[in-house]
Amino acid sequence: AAMSRKGRKLLVDSLTRSAKHFSKSEVECLVKLFDTLVAKASSQYAGAGFDRTVFRDTLYSAFGMTDDVVLDRVFSTFDKENRGCITVVEWVEGLAVLLRGTLEEKMKYCFAVYDLNGDGYISKEEMFQMLKDSLLIQPADEEPDEGVKDLVEIALKKMASTYLYVTFLLQDYDHDGKLSFTDFEKAVREENLLLEAFGPCLPDIK
Amino acid sequence: IFSKASSSLEDVGESSSETDEDEQPIRRQEGSTDLSAEYWGIQKLAKYVKGGDPTATVIALCSMRDFNLSEETCQLAIKDTGCLEVLINLLDTEEIKCQTGSLKILKEISQNVLIRHAIADLGGLEIMVKILGSPDTNLKCLAAETIANVARFKRARKTVRQHGGIKKLVELLESISVGSSYQAKDIETARCAALALWSCSKSTRNKKAIRKAGGIPLLARWLKCSHTNILIPIVGTLQECASEPSYRLAIRTEGMIEDLVKNLSSEHEELQMHCASAIFKCAEDEEIRDLVRKHEGLQPLSALLDNSENKQLLAAVTGAIWKCAISRENVLKFQEYKTVETLVTLLTNQPEEVLINVIGALGECCQEEENRGTIRRCGGIAPMVQLLTATNQALLVNVNKAVGGCAMDPENMLIIDSLDGVRLLWSLLKNPNPDVQASAAWALCPCVENAKNSGEMVRSFVGGLELIVNLLKSKDKEVLTSVCAAIANIAKDQENLAVMTDHGVVPLLSKLANTNNNKLKRHLAEAIAHCCMWGSNRVAFGEAKAVAPLARYLKAKDPLVHRATALALYQLSEDPNNCIIMHENGVVKLLLAMVGSTDDALQEAAAGCIANIRRLALATEKAKYG
Repeated sequence: AAMSRKGRKLLVDSLTRSAKHFSKSEVECLVKLFDTLVAKASSQYAGAGFDRTVFRDTLYSAFGMTDDVVLDRVFSTFDKENRGCITVVEWVEGLAVLLRGTLEEKMKYCFAVYDLNGDGYISKEEMFQMLKDSLLIQPADEEPDEGVKDLVEIALKKMASTYLYVTFLLQDYDHDGKLSFTDFEKAVREENLLLEAFGPCLPDIK
Repeated sequence: IFSKASSSLEDVGESSSETDEDEQPIRRQEGSTDLSAEYWGIQKLAKYVKGGDPTATVIALCSMRDFNLSEETCQLAIKDTGCLEVLINLLDTEEIKCQTGSLKILKEISQNVLIRHAIADLGGLEIMVKILGSPDTNLKCLAAETIANVARFKRARKTVRQHGGIKKLVELLESISVGSSYQAKDIETARCAALALWSCSKSTRNKKAIRKAGGIPLLARWLKCSHTNILIPIVGTLQECASEPSYRLAIRTEGMIEDLVKNLSSEHEELQMHCASAIFKCAEDEEIRDLVRKHEGLQPLSALLDNSENKQLLAAVTGAIWKCAISRENVLKFQEYKTVETLVTLLTNQPEEVLINVIGALGECCQEEENRGTIRRCGGIAPMVQLLTATNQALLVNVNKAVGGCAMDPENMLIIDSLDGVRLLWSLLKNPNPDVQASAAWALCPCVENAKNSGEMVRSFVGGLELIVNLLKSKDKEVLTSVCAAIANIAKDQENLAVMTDHGVVPLLSKLANTNNNKLKRHLAEAIAHCCMWGSNRVAFGEAKAVAPLARYLKAKDPLVHRATALALYQLSEDPNNCIIMHENGVVKLLLAMVGSTDDALQEAAAGCIANIRRLALATEKAKYG
């Protein structure tokens, strides 16, 4: 349903405040873009938002993001109300973090993306899920999953505080291997490169 | 003349204490053949760097930094597992996170000399230079700082230049405006770019390249900033480049001396040291010496002498004082600050690099009469004479000059003589280094002149006269000049002159007559003048064909040459054959012009010589016509 001029102005003002990182004219552009996307989407949501497919296409064409697992998760973080569609508010506020978020906001966002089941921890299994296609060259004599499992161990060792360090020659792991947000935050503050440790979920500078 | 003694300059003020490692460094043999635990750990991670996508690569790179990358076992493990190549290949991708992760490691391990050479061999430098143009600030800083580490050897520095690295580094420095409101990343960029330039500036061609890229006004600009960790590499670069006259000119004209002097009072000893080193190098120029004084730099320099713990700083400061003391007005200033007294305390228990400069400074200060007495009163003569037994040639050159300077005071001379100082100087005439020989000979002049019972003293040195006469066979101009000066003094004693004549001093001096060097002409003429006063030496000089060349000396432009030549010709003109030769060589006309000189000695000698020639001419006339 088309919004009245006054309604729209109120929306833009309120979004400019809540999203914090955009100017009013930038918010206006984003709202216009939103309308275009809604028009493209199916009318399933009666113009209130657009769905996962449109979202993924947009992020791909705008930022070159291709990882399906990640894109799915990004959609879920945007879709705060869990309705299967992105509203204009979710759209603008989500993009604010993506494009101009402070380190704190980005850390929370990335963690949420990687926390596949939303339980507040990134578990070994979740890491495995996200990294399983990351090994392009497998040594011939190794089982295909061994390499990824090792990589998960490496990541855990680097970032988790509850992980017991064991030398590489022993294969005995502590089951309790998972990352809390505190772990993640600490690791990223020490080394910014680990912000997107489990897959690119932020747009590139280029 | 004694600038050769600045060979200690290379060691002063360089933060890397290594000497230049141009040859391929040799790997130390490991004790055991077992590969270290680090090796296996790194190899495991290398697998992901080689075979993983950017996400896996970044995880592995971050993990690799948990190893102690400053330890040689880790550094070499990275090289031996083939990981180094991979790290460099990563630099060549467009993946900023991978490039960043890789550079963070390369920056650490490039502290190792073997790794540096390997990075250069693998083409890593070219890629790092390219990265200097990246839009990512963090990446640029890492690249610059890594270049600073790798460029510690000549070939690497050349590579940086050949790939346009110098230009890019200068542009980096230029891109940040020096103002009061910096962002942290601007400070970091400036610091890293300056570090890289400093490393690169150690090669002469790079010094030129920096200048051509417009680097000098930038250095001047950044010299005014207040961040110590930017200032240190900036001053380091200036100090390095100050060996080039074009830089010294700019340092003078762009007001940099003021900033250098200001930073002498910094709290950071490293910065103080580099400022002092820069002044040390620049003060070769008289104008700079004056500027240092005008900007009140002499006082802080003198004050820094009290900090005798930091030997590098002390060496730099004493060096700066030494060179500044070449100017008389500066010496007078130093007297106000009691610098000479402090320097004397530094004559003992100091490393060589400090001693060379301390003694150099005292040598310059001795040019002022008052200081010769000060040195004596502070008990400085004895340690100085003691240093005549040193083996370091740069040190000896300076000691000789200082002892010579002190010897101009007769009271000092007593002490020097009692400590056997003259004999020590004389034996330095045997030193293989011509600079040492020359400086010893110069020092002997005042010694011979001022010692009590000088003639006897000289005779007491066994083989001494033969030794010094034989030095007339040297090929070194300075040696010849100084020896002539010494012989002129020694010849004032008749007995010694006789002995020197026996050793062939006349033909040896005559052989030197055909020279273009005014200083040599002057002292040679003086020597000849004094050597005439024995037996038939006047005739011998004539027979040795010394007269005609001497006559030509009168055409030189130097008044000191005229005086010495006139003296010599006057003595030689006592012999009629010499008069004929002089007449044939148009001496009379030239001498006539000098008869009106304000220099009394010249006047008298010229007149006397002309008189002798005329007398002979008259006698000849009479003999002809009866």
